[in-house]
Amino acid sequence: MIAFTVRRLFQTIPVVLGVTLVTFLLTQILPGDLADVLLGPTATEEARRQLRAAMGLDRSLVVQYGTYMWHLLHGDLGQSLVFAQPVGAVLANRLANTAVLAVAAIVISSVGGIAIGTWVALKPGSLRDHSLSTSVLFLNAMPPFWLGLILILVFGLELRWLPTSGMTSAIDGGGALDLAAHMVLPTLTLAAWSMAVITRMTRSALLDVIDGDFIRTARSRGLGEARIILRHALPNALPPIITVIGLQAGFLLSGAVLTETVFSWPGIGLALYQGIAARDLPFIQGGILLLALIFVVINFAVDALYAYVNPKIELQ
Amino acid sequence: MTQRRGNAGIVAGLALLGVIVVVAVFANVLAPHDPLLADPSRRNLGLFTTGHWLGTDELGRDILSRLLFGARLALLVAVLPTMIALILGGVIGLAVGYAGGAWDGATMRLFDVMFAFPGILLALGIGAALGAGLGSMIVAMVVVTIPAFGRVVRGGVLAAKQELYVEAARSLGYSHWRVAARHILPNILGPIVVYATLQTGRNVILAASLSFLGLGPQPPTPDWGQMLSSGRTALAVAPHISTIPGLAIVLLAIAFNLLGDGARDLLDPRMRREQP
Repeated sequence: MIAFTVRRLFQTIPVVLGVTLVTFLLTQILPGDLADVLLGPTATEEARRQLRAAMGLDRSLVVQYGTYMWHLLHGDLGQSLVFAQPVGAVLANRLANTAVLAVAAIVISSVGGIAIGTWVALKPGSLRDHSLSTSVLFLNAMPPFWLGLILILVFGLELRWLPTSGMTSAIDGGGALDLAAHMVLPTLTLAAWSMAVITRMTRSALLDVIDGDFIRTARSRGLGEARIILRHALPNALPPIITVIGLQAGFLLSGAVLTETVFSWPGIGLALYQGIAARDLPFIQGGILLLALIFVVINFAVDALYAYVNPKIELQ
Repeated sequence: MTQRRGNAGIVAGLALLGVIVVVAVFANVLAPHDPLLADPSRRNLGLFTTGHWLGTDELGRDILSRLLFGARLALLVAVLPTMIALILGGVIGLAVGYAGGAWDGATMRLFDVMFAFPGILLALGIGAALGAGLGSMIVAMVVVTIPAFGRVVRGGVLAAKQELYVEAARSLGYSHWRVAARHILPNILGPIVVYATLQTGRNVILAASLSFLGLGPQPPTPDWGQMLSSGRTALAVAPHISTIPGLAIVLLAIAFNLLGDGARDLLDPRMRREQP
């Protein structure tokens, strides 16, 4: 398992380098260059030339990438235009807010997905099974921001049960309960689609193992159905479920951009939205790089975990 | 059972898609108003108002007319990027899968890097760098979907290369290009068509998402994602301005998903829909 993990770790290095190269290249496909974007259309040619020289934009592509990497390794992601702060500082301030939302969503979608998937797998072909297929069809076709709007309309504006934007109330806000209340709708919005995918995978993974000899043996030993499912079937069905949960991380990180925008949740996603509106390319570049690197790390962690729950993978 | 379910899905998907296509084609005949005409005295009108059956938006434009014209754009940004990415990704996948070796390895590593960007983020970066607009949105969508098509086609080619008929064609002295295009491609087309149909459904959502973030066609173009986004300012007084375009997006995505799932069940009953 350790050998596999180390090998997998070495495989991520070129991917990380590639990710930095792609984010660096984003500034190269700009119409004009970064100096034009930063200075706006009214700047003089002399000012552009000076800024280009100061930023090294007149150097070769290789030198520019080298400089970019050098700054990156020193934690310098450049200066954000819209936040008038270093990009790294803005991202650091907001990372926790996005993480809170993403972690809550992954926990809810995993627990809910495995629970509902198990419940459905107990009676394949039943009404609950067909309801699952229909819900998955709809959730698959539903942009997360639309689901968020519907939740705002129903639970925020119509029933007035829950707050619809921000992380805390302006007046006497800030407590754990207040935060929890603000989290409910964005978390559900973010978790819904992942939960459908995890439910579906749990159902099919359980159905695959439930005909196995070891389940028949457990039944013949007179064990209760609940014990058979929880102690015998589910652990054996776990590897593909873990893989699917890991894959959801990518959806959660990018879905956060849309969800945070709908709910004005002050995380990296909302900042990216504000960056897009202001054409703040250094910030967009930094935000995308950070989220992609987090995704690479999560993928690595999931593979390592997978090797742990399924030792057979080392043989492959 | 699988075949019947596949057929039903295809029929339902085709019917839904057919309605949307007809509506898009005849938008100029069907639309009761000019989709761009704003009447400030008739803002935020509700559903079923006489003359404006789906109400008016926050600028006093007829929502039904905008929805009908928006269908054209919605179909365009779902289908066109899929077609371009299918052709480019398909050619790349066919070439490197057939040739193998260093080119294959290098291309796959490049694709790995692009897959390392979660979801819409790479498209968002490309769209933001190129500047908001329909053209850059389509370019961004094509670039981020090429790797998936490339992989699907390459996978099919690698499997087909082992088959006897490929060996037979080669032994007849046919050129590599002829073997790849005339013998391998037709045999791996099924899964590719299924994948392309499902990708079209995903592109409906991707385009709507980019558009929602302000990277799509700019106002006042009637675009569903943008209608949904700008209607949010009036959510408390006139929720239908945002929710109706959202419903249209969902229906279009469902149409392509039904078609894709149905085609998959028909073509390969072993490929169960439970597989992600």
